[in-house]
Amino acid sequence: MQLVLFFIFGGLCAAAALNLLLTRHPINSALSLIVVMTSLAVLYLTLGAEFLAAAQVIVYSGAIMVLFTFVIMLLNAGEEVRTRGSRAAYLVGVPGVAALFSLLTFVFLSQGNHLGKSTLANPATLYDLSAVLFRDLLLPFEVTSVLILIAILGAVALARKEH
Amino acid sequence: MRNPYYWNYLPFMLQVLAAVAIASGMVLASWFVGRHRSSRVKLEAYECGMVAQGDARGRFSVRFYMVAMLFILFDVEAVFMMPWAVIYRQLPQLTGSRMFGFWEMLVYLGFVLVGFFYIVKKGILDWASDKADL
Amino acid sequence: MNQVPDILRILPEVILTLAGVAVMMIEAVLHQNTSRRPLGWLAVGSVAAAFWASMAQFQMAPGTGFHGVVQTDSFSAFFHVLICGIVLVCCLIALDCMPERGENMGEFFALVLFGAVGMVLMSSAVELLLVFIALEISSISTYILAGFRKHSVKGPESSLKYFLLGSFATAFFLYGVALVFGATGTTNIREIAATLATTPMPAFPVIALAMMLIGIGFKVSAAPFQVWTPDVYEGAPSPVVALMSTAPKAAAFAVLLRLTYAVFPLLHVQWSSLLWLMAALSMTVGNLAALRQQNVKRMLAYSSIAHAGYLLVAFSAPSSEGIAAASFYAVAYAAMNVGIFAVVSHVGGYDDHLNSISDYRGVAYRSPLMGAVLAFFLISLIGIPFTGGFFGKFYVFAAALHAGAIWLAIIGLLNSGIAAYYYLRLLTTVYTRHAEDSAEPNIAPLSIPIVLALLLTVGSTLVLGIMPGRVLYAARWAASSVVPPTAAPTEIVVAPLQPAR
Repeated sequence: MQLVLFFIFGGLCAAAALNLLLTRHPINSALSLIVVMTSLAVLYLTLGAEFLAAAQVIVYSGAIMVLFTFVIMLLNAGEEVRTRGSRAAYLVGVPGVAALFSLLTFVFLSQGNHLGKSTLANPATLYDLSAVLFRDLLLPFEVTSVLILIAILGAVALARKEH
Repeated sequence: MRNPYYWNYLPFMLQVLAAVAIASGMVLASWFVGRHRSSRVKLEAYECGMVAQGDARGRFSVRFYMVAMLFILFDVEAVFMMPWAVIYRQLPQLTGSRMFGFWEMLVYLGFVLVGFFYIVKKGILDWASDKADL
Repeated sequence: MNQVPDILRILPEVILTLAGVAVMMIEAVLHQNTSRRPLGWLAVGSVAAAFWASMAQFQMAPGTGFHGVVQTDSFSAFFHVLICGIVLVCCLIALDCMPERGENMGEFFALVLFGAVGMVLMSSAVELLLVFIALEISSISTYILAGFRKHSVKGPESSLKYFLLGSFATAFFLYGVALVFGATGTTNIREIAATLATTPMPAFPVIALAMMLIGIGFKVSAAPFQVWTPDVYEGAPSPVVALMSTAPKAAAFAVLLRLTYAVFPLLHVQWSSLLWLMAALSMTVGNLAALRQQNVKRMLAYSSIAHAGYLLVAFSAPSSEGIAAASFYAVAYAAMNVGIFAVVSHVGGYDDHLNSISDYRGVAYRSPLMGAVLAFFLISLIGIPFTGGFFGKFYVFAAALHAGAIWLAIIGLLNSGIAAYYYLRLLTTVYTRHAEDSAEPNIAPLSIPIVLALLLTVGSTLVLGIMPGRVLYAARWAASSVVPPTAAPTEIVVAPLQPAR
């Protein structure tokens, strides 16, 4: 069951990600990104991360995509002009990404069977997550609010009109 | 499929299926029921009896962006309330202090409130006046 | 060991956060036309308070707080003091050169303060998740600050480039954290170090470390992750460049020192060869590219890449000596680099009306003080004795030689020679008489903040160059708290000290 779901949504996710890159219209890209985010949420769900899946849908597919579409509207972005891209990107980037990908695949295939396992019979619940978040990781949790204040300040400062 | 974890999501799956079925059913039904006859007039842009002018994509005020941005930020902050609410009753045992769990969220909400105070006083949400200089 | 309340372990962070909140709220209630300079002085005062609180942390019993996510020891206190000092001077520089109107001054100081929270936390965090959040705080605030000059074309370009490349690099760091978690089942630095020896998956930590090195290499602008530096420094306002070329780098180096020496000592062979390569590349690329620059800020950007390379040389040394040399170099570099950007932002102005090297012609005759101070910092950057730059380089190369990294030391010394050329070129231009017919460079009159900033930076560079003893002592003490020395020098742990600066 998990494998079936993984192949369906993993494939959907990869296909949408490809479409996101290849499509020429920004709105289409943004909509493909929603598909990517939502299928990721399903993948989280099959791994037993229920809260993460819900948060993924609410925050990413909901809020962040709204922002993306707003920005596309604000910029009045039309169709992209195709560029060839820089030569350095092809000469270094493509082999680099390929090397990184094969390295990671090799490592996961050769040593990944030692990774810790958890069963879906008793998945980590929201309760377990909260217990960690509000005791052991209390300081990181509080500090994220500073991050959000920075984001507010930055949004206001950068969106202001110039005199 | 023996796994009870997935059974929890059966109602959810049914709901998704129903949504997909209704949406595709409506489109397909209208496709089969309706008649298809294409003509040149049908393909013309129609705007209240006028010929369409200009681009449909106009520029929007940056205020929309501010609203969307602030929505995300407060949305992210609100997401953290959920795990807190779930565990609130157990927090005294977890943290070893009766009110600590309450105060830790209050500090967090204090930061949220500072951000809110800032944007309200700056007039970011005030669309009528130009105080915010957007 | 006596119990220290958790809140005291993060006192500098708390002070900075509260100050940031205060600045933010006062900014919101102030009338549009009111001057924001008092907010700057508030920021200066609170950073000074945080500086004092960091000093006090030297005397605190070392230990962890908040369920083991932060650790205060002499190492974190050392970097706390350094970062607070940098931020203090940068606030002064900004107070001097920021125009009164239309530049979001309140937001500027609030962002600097919040960014400082992140940088300070980076140096004391021993939980990789907290390191990541702190890294994001410090990075995001600098991304925004880099784009503060919206009217120039280069401001937004600088901000956007920094943001896109920076987020990409942070993603590498995060992926590394995830892989470490996969291999060891924990994100706490101590537990990782303990479980690493017995992990059945030896390849995971190696790749994780490589990923984290990419992320941090970007933050410290070490080659080959340096491409963003000149463009970002050119477009960002000079006070911001003074900040971001030193404070986030110092914090990132603190994380790097902890990661390499405390978390992955088992992988010493792997990371030391990687860092060897990065050091050699950074020094060479930075210095060679700086030779060709016509823009002063771009030249200094390449020079900062080269200095990141000199600092990385220290990683070739074994733990205690390497950490001490790197920490000392971080202080020396910070003092002279913030100092030179203080001059650049005063002379060049917030809008960079003097930007190319030829614009600086005759500055020393127009303003003898500025010329002299600029010359002093250039001499220190070259590494001539009686300046902080000399002892910084001396300890780093001495550490490398002791460790047997002779080739790296030779590359470094050759590079110092190359570097002297472009520093001297600027120096001679500053002292060349201006042609009769052209207009003299227009330099703003001295103000209290810039005088204070110059006093602090010149003073600390001089102190580091003439009597580096106390700072070196503090750096060695800091090193001993990251990796407890096998043969413990007993006198180090006992005496609390007040390092100069």
